[in-house]
Amino acid sequence: MAPDPVMLDRVNGLARKIRRSVLERSRAANVGHIGSSLSVVEILATLWGGLMREAGTHRPDRDRFVLCKGHAALALYAAMHHSGIMTAETLATYCADGTHLGVHPEACLEGIDVATGSLGQGLSVACGLAHGLRLRRSPARVFALLSDAECNEGQVWEAAQFAAHHGLSHLTAIIDLNGSQALGPTREVLNLSPMAARWEAFGWEAVEVDGHDTAGLAQVLAPRGVGKPRVVVARTVLGKGVRYMEGQVAWHYLSMTAAQFDEAISGLEAA
Amino acid sequence: MRNALVDQLRQLAREDDRIFLLTADLGWSVVESFAGEFPDRFLNVGVAEQNMAGIATGLAMVGYRPFIYSIANFAALRCFEQIRNGPVLHRLPVCVVGIGGGYAYGAAGPSHHALEDLGALRALPGMRVVAPADPAQTRTVVSAVLRQEDPVYLRVGKGGNAAVPGLDGRFAWNEPAIIREGTDILFLATGAMALESLAAAELLAARGLSASVGVMAHLPAESTPELVDVLRRHGTVLTAEEGTLTGGLSSLVGQAIAREGLACRLLCAGVTGRLAGPVGSRNHMLQRQGLDAASLASMAAARLNQAPAARAA
Repeated sequence: MAPDPVMLDRVNGLARKIRRSVLERSRAANVGHIGSSLSVVEILATLWGGLMREAGTHRPDRDRFVLCKGHAALALYAAMHHSGIMTAETLATYCADGTHLGVHPEACLEGIDVATGSLGQGLSVACGLAHGLRLRRSPARVFALLSDAECNEGQVWEAAQFAAHHGLSHLTAIIDLNGSQALGPTREVLNLSPMAARWEAFGWEAVEVDGHDTAGLAQVLAPRGVGKPRVVVARTVLGKGVRYMEGQVAWHYLSMTAAQFDEAISGLEAA
Repeated sequence: MRNALVDQLRQLAREDDRIFLLTADLGWSVVESFAGEFPDRFLNVGVAEQNMAGIATGLAMVGYRPFIYSIANFAALRCFEQIRNGPVLHRLPVCVVGIGGGYAYGAAGPSHHALEDLGALRALPGMRVVAPADPAQTRTVVSAVLRQEDPVYLRVGKGGNAAVPGLDGRFAWNEPAIIREGTDILFLATGAMALESLAAAELLAARGLSASVGVMAHLPAESTPELVDVLRRHGTVLTAEEGTLTGGLSSLVGQAIAREGLACRLLCAGVTGRLAGPVGSRNHMLQRQGLDAASLASMAAARLNQAPAARAA
């Protein structure tokens, strides 16, 4: 079923705001991890822009979101801000002394259920949430956003086996397949290809999608029948939306100069 | 002790539908009764301890009280970081159950000797570390665990642990349970070393020396008034723990003595030396490490005879 055009408009608008906020806050704090925050902008916009039910509330049946790749927390903060869950004042404290908005998310923040930052651990927590919610007969869904290199971690595959064995069909993992990790391209560091086939071999339903196409994302992330857990392998570009960052491994860590920031914003406005 | 633990959990689970037992494929002939009675609140996650710690974190987030069960090193050390970033960081009431503490799996070899678990997990802020001495105290501890909200590391023995005379299942957070009163020395023991310490006190009595014995099942992060009070009443204390001396009972007691400026001399009995070496039964390993009753008594007598302790007023 084609996604609702009104919702898509909202999601696309949200994505533009998130991308701009990521650049602004990163520049203000002089903190990196820009590239991997920009690669997940459309994924977060699709989830937080209406697909997740009761996101950011305390209701027991709210959908849960686990940012397994915790280093993209800036994009999550921006998504929560532009979804009305976090104030501009709070967002403005990103990485300032005394803030709760660090590079990796803390669970004391309204709307964040799981603190992350150590790769490979989030999907297990998502499995526990999904299993517990199902036992409680909750209709809640659980979403876990992983980085591709995070799948180097053995614990990811422990969790993958568990989810498949227990048929956690209300659990959806999303892999941010930006092909880049801290010290180089994933294919050179530890080749993960073919990503979808690996998950299928572990008993998951795998679907590939352009990770910057919100219509495609909305379709594959929509609720569906019972059966297997689903993994959405989202092909993305590190640093998406900023021409000089796109696909450049260095932007995993770098922060922007004033001139680079101006160039990035000009590029967004011209797009 | 492990049978007492699971049996106590099973009884409490009849009234408390939050109790959830997870195992990483261990506990044959131990966990089946719980699994049979509460199939929805039991999971064998397979041989995957790190995942088990994460699943327990998620289950606790939706209101369950998970107990995660494995052999001590696998439960405590293999998923140390998952425990830290999950239950400890989120302050969730997950109970990590380490089976076979110390040399309970003596002949199984160094991979199964749990010697650093108490010290390592005691280093986690907000983690309650507890090593009960016998099956009855284990039952009391399980009930106490469910009456508070912190994550807990619960180190128990294997099977066949005898009752510690005089303990009668007593347990309270932060304080030693005194099971024998004496004047020359205090044996302070954690876990299954309580029985060895009590036997050592009897051996000393035959030599005309009078020993107290205290069971410090809970190893709090800092010294407590209850612990200091007991130390204040003795001129010499001998700590007995089935593990390395770093971060465990002796560290706790040494810290208490130093901080409070107590006139209490400290003897530390614990595991020293390298991990690799000959193995054998638990009793054999205790003897090798000087942790059996005779060795503890000799250690105490040597110090008392060398420079008799000033008796408490």
